[in-house]
Amino acid sequence: MKLLLEDICHSYGQLQVLKNINLEVPDRKIVCLVGPSGCGKSTLLRIIGGLEKPISGNVIQVGSPPKDSINPLTYVFQDFALLPWRSVEGNISLVLEDHGIRHHQAEEIIADVLERTKLSDFRKALPKQLSGGMKQRVAIARALAVKPAAMLLDEPLSALDSQTKELLMDDLISLWSRQPFTAVYVTHNLHEAVRLGHSIVVLSRRPGKIREIVNISKPLQERELGDVELEKYQKHLWNLMRDEAISADKELLDV
Amino acid sequence: MSEVTQQGESKLVAFKGGGFVTRKIKWVGPAVFIVLIAFMEWGTRVGFISSLTLPRPSDVFGTFVDLWNTGLLWKHIIPSFTRLGVGAFLGVIVGTAVGISIGLFSYVRAGLVPLVAAIFPIPKIALLPLFVIWFGIDEASKYALIALGTFTPTVVATYGAVDNVDRTLIRMGQSFGLSWRSIVFKIVLPGAMPGILSGLRVSLAIAIILLVAAEMLGAEFGIGAYILEAGSLFDLERLFAGVTILSLLGVVISALVGFTENRLLGWRT
Ligand SMILES: Nc1ncnc2c1ncn2[C@@H]1O[C@H](COP(=O)(O)OP(=O)(O)O)[C@@H](O)[C@H]1O
Ligand SMILES: [Mg+2]
Repeated sequence: MKLLLEDICHSYGQLQVLKNINLEVPDRKIVCLVGPSGCGKSTLLRIIGGLEKPISGNVIQVGSPPKDSINPLTYVFQDFALLPWRSVEGNISLVLEDHGIRHHQAEEIIADVLERTKLSDFRKALPKQLSGGMKQRVAIARALAVKPAAMLLDEPLSALDSQTKELLMDDLISLWSRQPFTAVYVTHNLHEAVRLGHSIVVLSRRPGKIREIVNISKPLQERELGDVELEKYQKHLWNLMRDEAISADKELLDV
Repeated sequence: MSEVTQQGESKLVAFKGGGFVTRKIKWVGPAVFIVLIAFMEWGTRVGFISSLTLPRPSDVFGTFVDLWNTGLLWKHIIPSFTRLGVGAFLGVIVGTAVGISIGLFSYVRAGLVPLVAAIFPIPKIALLPLFVIWFGIDEASKYALIALGTFTPTVVATYGAVDNVDRTLIRMGQSFGLSWRSIVFKIVLPGAMPGILSGLRVSLAIAIILLVAAEMLGAEFGIGAYILEAGSLFDLERLFAGVTILSLLGVVISALVGFTENRLLGWRT
């Protein structure tokens, strides 16, 4: 299934946030959205996920999601959004219960996603016992459990320290290589963008417009820390963003 | 500051404090009680406190034993407990339901918040005569008084607790396509539980206060009636015995709420 964004505009009252966004998210590819803070990345992701209605424009699913997909568009939040009163497996079964998946069937899915995210030993743990990286793994496991046709990740690694970030990026890459998924990945970190993105969409400062789309053809598995080619892309992206970031930073917030 | 580091003098860095951390110290609470009671006992025995000012703790205890032996204790306690139980149960259940509705529905909030704000500050005791007219002098008016008294603080605590539930958790529920019911029962309610339980502490303490007030009007039995009678006869031993029962009741209820909190809220950091 691929996603098409057609001419999306959005504003909050007087504040125009997004302007004429046209974008294609291809099947089983990761598209990274980067841009200065406040440019409307999270807003765009909420619009894609159906959590917000744009003032104008449409998000279109082209082709139907796979039959076994329980929740076609699935979110991964920056602050994990785990229920602190449920254990790791409880947090995953939460999203299955409502879709009528229980007992044996749920058990199978839970075991599978926990295995894929290397969490099998932490099934019964409560979120408060887990480190930030572990919590985000649980959130990723939960997202995988509903077999999404597209994953929407809003700065999933921004709350983590840089070592944990590297580890989780490797995990995401190996998850994707094992079973490619469609994803829109929002970040303000260019390093994450060049590691994970098949294409990187650079948004201008508010009102967010698409400034440039950078495609990186190098397969994800071959991208490594300190890769010269990636550094070049990263530098190019930084040059694009720098002036925007400076002026975005100086802008007065009148919200 | 001189450019060269001074040699010679060396000094331990002074500890400046750890951020007002509170520690759990178990024995101090009981010790305060024991010291206070021992002081009263000693004062009344030596004559330094006259028996008109304070009853002797051992006499109060004796009165207590008498109450127990004659079976009067239960005669007073059982009706009181029933009133407290029924009244507080009604108030807390209805209050929680209303509080959750206020938290969830904008129209209910707009309609009821001003009303609750208007009822909250009224001393409910002042309404007792009104309740007697509405519900009669019997049990119903006492239930109503206690129910109304626990209702308002429960409502306020509950909708505050619902407002404080992390919105990203609710958005998470919506993004995973959970039904409205599931979001309310699996996310909002458990998330609001800490606030609801701490509201319960306050409500139940208010319930005890109102219980006594209600029993001072037209009740033959009950701790309030017992205290009122003792007070009008200036029988300080019985007065204190009654008051002690109320204090114990408060301690027991607070311990029960604490126990529930430990059971239900173990997930908190
Ligand atoms: N619900 C909202 N109501 C009003 N303004 C909002 C709302 N959500 C976001 N905004 C504003 O829209 C702009 C874009 O926000 P956001 O999409 O969160 O930016 P980003 O994720 O790129 O940092 C910001 O200026 C923010 O203040
Ligand atoms: Mg954001």
